[in-house]
Amino acid sequence: MSVYTAPIATADPQVPVVEAVGVHKRYGHNDVLRDVDLIVERGEVVCLIGPSGSGKTTLLRTLNHLETIEGGIIRINGRLIGYRQERDRLYELSQREVCRRRERIGMVFQHFNLFPHMTALENIIEGPVGVRRTPRRKAVERAHQLLARVGLADKAEAYPAQLSGGQQQRVAIARALAMEPELMLFDEPTSALDPELVGEVLAVMRDLADSGMTMVVVTHEMGFAQQVADRVVFMSDGTIVETGPPSQIIGNPIHQRTREFIQAVL
Amino acid sequence: MSNPEAIHEAPLAPQGAGGAPGPADPPRVERVDYTIIRRKAPWPWVLAAAVTAVAIAFLYGLATNPALNWEVTGEFLFSPPVMSGLWVTIQLSILSMLLGVIIGLIIALWRMSTNRVLQTIATVYITVFRSVPVLVQLLIWGNIGLIIRNVTLGIPFTDIAFFSIPTNQIVAPFTAAVLGLALAESAYIAEIIRGGIISVPTGQIEAASALGMTRARTTRRIVLPQALRVIIPPLGNQFVTLIKATSLVSVIAGGDLLTQVINISATSYRVIEMLAVAVFWYLILVSAASIGQYFLERRLGRGVKR
Repeated sequence: MSVYTAPIATADPQVPVVEAVGVHKRYGHNDVLRDVDLIVERGEVVCLIGPSGSGKTTLLRTLNHLETIEGGIIRINGRLIGYRQERDRLYELSQREVCRRRERIGMVFQHFNLFPHMTALENIIEGPVGVRRTPRRKAVERAHQLLARVGLADKAEAYPAQLSGGQQQRVAIARALAMEPELMLFDEPTSALDPELVGEVLAVMRDLADSGMTMVVVTHEMGFAQQVADRVVFMSDGTIVETGPPSQIIGNPIHQRTREFIQAVL
Repeated sequence: MSNPEAIHEAPLAPQGAGGAPGPADPPRVERVDYTIIRRKAPWPWVLAAAVTAVAIAFLYGLATNPALNWEVTGEFLFSPPVMSGLWVTIQLSILSMLLGVIIGLIIALWRMSTNRVLQTIATVYITVFRSVPVLVQLLIWGNIGLIIRNVTLGIPFTDIAFFSIPTNQIVAPFTAAVLGLALAESAYIAEIIRGGIISVPTGQIEAASALGMTRARTTRRIVLPQALRVIIPPLGNQFVTLIKATSLVSVIAGGDLLTQVINISATSYRVIEMLAVAVFWYLILVSAASIGQYFLERRLGRGVKR
């Protein structure tokens, strides 16, 4: 399908989509991320797993500058997020410039965060029309395609409160895709869902992965990680303990801590 | 058949629990249709009758009181001075509310700003204008010409002036009334708006940021529409209070409804009758505002399940 096939590569395909080096994040005296490195290549699906409080959600949020960092650098498509580099100095960008750099990074939240005063369709076109200045007619047309793609063609006029959790999350995915992202970030997208609704959201995500989207997914769904991820990253206490293909991390972890975690969740 | 005891004694144990009759397990409980007798509640009716009687007696007393001449009320209800007073009251209410909302919004946003200077200004503003009684503020604005003789546009601390107008020319009673009411209102409205904005979950702002929306656009498109739903009910309340507070401007001869009514009663000596004229019109105004609020709330309730 052409609705959300891999976006036109605006950057050099050789450059990794995510390049986080030595990322350090602190809340007061609490080090939430310590010297974290994460490289995500174009078209790769990376699942971040780990116990709660391990920093995986924080790491995800630093990737689109929803969280600032105290050390290290983060490049998305080869460009610093949140800063402008001049020789050895990083200058903070104005919020307008930060917004512009975020445009091509889609994000899906644990609690969907759909705009409750807008219909599904209005939620989806808000970004393209308001931020990207896409002509409304074109944005609406595309929104209908996206809704059809996530299996909600008949829900365009529904308000979020009239949709189930699974449907809301699928609309949220469509809303993120409407910005034609080159990278999709998922923050525990199924954790707030009733068990019987998890499958429909994972199916949409799997579909997206198959279409070549670059994805970073914080998840507790080991089955999904096993089947869809190219690489699984296990985090604990703000550091990356172990990273590798799912067969290794979930199937046969090397580190003791990873082993304990996998045993506990499987 | 209709003996209820028989049912009570029917065992609730599952069929065949012991000594069950017959192989086909026939139902042991017979179906009976009872007529349900609702409990009678006579006291509300008695109370209603008593209240109605008292109310009728009171109204009858008012209507037949020889000291009251209701014809005067009817005569002045639509008289030109009352109409002009009513018009002034409406203008005062709407202008003060508009101005109050604009200033209130700015103060609310300043109060929540990360800029410490703006925060402090907003806090001081709210404290001052909430602390001084509206009546006092109206008197101050009404007499502002006593201390500031001229309003001058020029360069401060020099003698250079582009133009200068006597204060009393600009701050007529009407302007003074609007200023006094709007400034007092804006302090309350600022707090109401701030409460509404705080009520919008941070996830909404994050979702907007993730779409690349600027802060200004997020406020306009995402935060304010959701905050409004929370803001409108107390704001409607505030408007009702304001409509009635306009009557205070009679102390600076504001020319409002109450000023006119009092003027007439001063010459006709028909005080209660004339106040009844005011009561009638305030009732109408506030009712109209309530109806407006109802429709506004309905429109803002989009997407909300109740």
